[in-house]
Amino acid sequence: MKESVIEIRGLYKSFGDNDVLKGVDLDLYKGENLVVLGKSGSGKSVLIKILVRLLVQDEGFIKVLGMDTSQLTLRELNKLRLKIGFAFQASALYDSMTVRENLEFPLTRNIKGLTRKEIDYKVEGLLDSVGLPNTINQMPAELSGGQKKRIGVARTLILNPEIMLYDEPTAGLDPTTCIDINNLINQVREEYKTSSIVITHDLTCAKQTGDRMAVLIEGRFQAVGSFEEVFADATDPRVKSFYDYNFITQ
Amino acid sequence: MEDKKPVISKKIDNFFRGLADAFAFVKRFFVEVWLPPYEFKEIVRQCYEIGYRSLPLISLTGFIIGIVFTNQSRPSLAEFGATSWLPALISIAVVRALGPLVTALIAAGKVGSGIGAEIGSMKVTEQIDAMEVSAINPFKYLVITRTVATTLMIPVLVMYTDFVALMGSFLNVNQNEMVSLSTFFVQVFEAISFLDIFSSVIKSLVFGFTIGIVGCYKGYRSNSGTEGVGKAANASVVMSMFLIFIEELLALQIVNAIRNA
Repeated sequence: MKESVIEIRGLYKSFGDNDVLKGVDLDLYKGENLVVLGKSGSGKSVLIKILVRLLVQDEGFIKVLGMDTSQLTLRELNKLRLKIGFAFQASALYDSMTVRENLEFPLTRNIKGLTRKEIDYKVEGLLDSVGLPNTINQMPAELSGGQKKRIGVARTLILNPEIMLYDEPTAGLDPTTCIDINNLINQVREEYKTSSIVITHDLTCAKQTGDRMAVLIEGRFQAVGSFEEVFADATDPRVKSFYDYNFITQ
Repeated sequence: MEDKKPVISKKIDNFFRGLADAFAFVKRFFVEVWLPPYEFKEIVRQCYEIGYRSLPLISLTGFIIGIVFTNQSRPSLAEFGATSWLPALISIAVVRALGPLVTALIAAGKVGSGIGAEIGSMKVTEQIDAMEVSAINPFKYLVITRTVATTLMIPVLVMYTDFVALMGSFLNVNQNEMVSLSTFFVQVFEAISFLDIFSSVIKSLVFGFTIGIVGCYKGYRSNSGTEGVGKAANASVVMSMFLIFIEELLALQIVNAIRNA
């Protein structure tokens, strides 16, 4: 039986009168890349923000790495957060810090007693692995969109997470850079043995990175399965139209 | 369900909710400021940014205040043949009121808006969320460091402004009344008391805290993208200045009560 690293049951979340998630159930299995597809505003980002408690659900049960997130103290939650890497849609690099400082910041604050040599080894190694060793002394403002995304991923990897959450990793990038980012997502899984949730509305990204797809429509997952299972045999017109729209635009 | 409350009732609701939120924010500051980790390096960096980088503007303003206030006061004193009281008059005005107030208002504009805009921009670009998911407490790293830095640096800036304003005044007095530097400062220190200096320092600490916490609060609560950042910066300045004037009035009443006791 597959081991779940994330279990979500009966998740509800609303903002005022706007019900965003209406009873979401989902499992992320160890070692897999799960792609969550959905239109803008369908609640995809809300879902992964609830997983790291940036937002709190109205109802429902979430277990991450065996821990019920609603029962955790702040200290326990922070310990859990160290095992989860969150790559933000707009990268969220710290503007006032260089690339080196961006990577060092979570490392030195969470792991005490590291020597300068150990920190440099880790930072330089990660920049090498995302293919941007020459950006180490640059400021985020000097980087392109694709470079920012890569540095954002490197920053999350510095704490060796077990789970990666990617929020719209290819949004706003040109097609070639999108492919690079998709390859990076696959490379991260291979090298760091992570389980990942990739939030996207880009079917190319979904097909290249995902083992399973979950389509979020009107606050619930309307289809879950492999790319072919979800889209080839789609009976739900909303799922089908999502595929057709992407096919036309791409 | 549609909220059927009248608009005025909603506004009152929002006002009290905002007030409660602001109090909770201030309370959180006083709870977390004592708890480790202490971000000394960031506090020192902020002190440099807030203190050292404000010096040119503060110097110019203080110097001009000294000259202008002396020049404007001379005709009134001259009518009574009392221009020799100029150093005493200027020192009392500068140390008791002008120095702290002008420095705080300038800092509210320069430093408060900067803090509001910086934290607001970090909020809308998810940098604060990025800290949280990395198990870093953004409140400690951003709010406490900046508020502690403004609280420490505004009194230093006030004392510096007092000194520069008195130097400006001295130049003017020296030109017109031929008073030496030592005579000028003997008269200055004869006119001001320990209470004047003590109240000025305490008042400056309060002003500094106000500028820091208001800037951080407005930035931390900003939303609506880049428009929200602009609003946060603007609201920081307006709210800080409003509170500084109220605090000045309260301080005046308290110090007068102590002086008359």
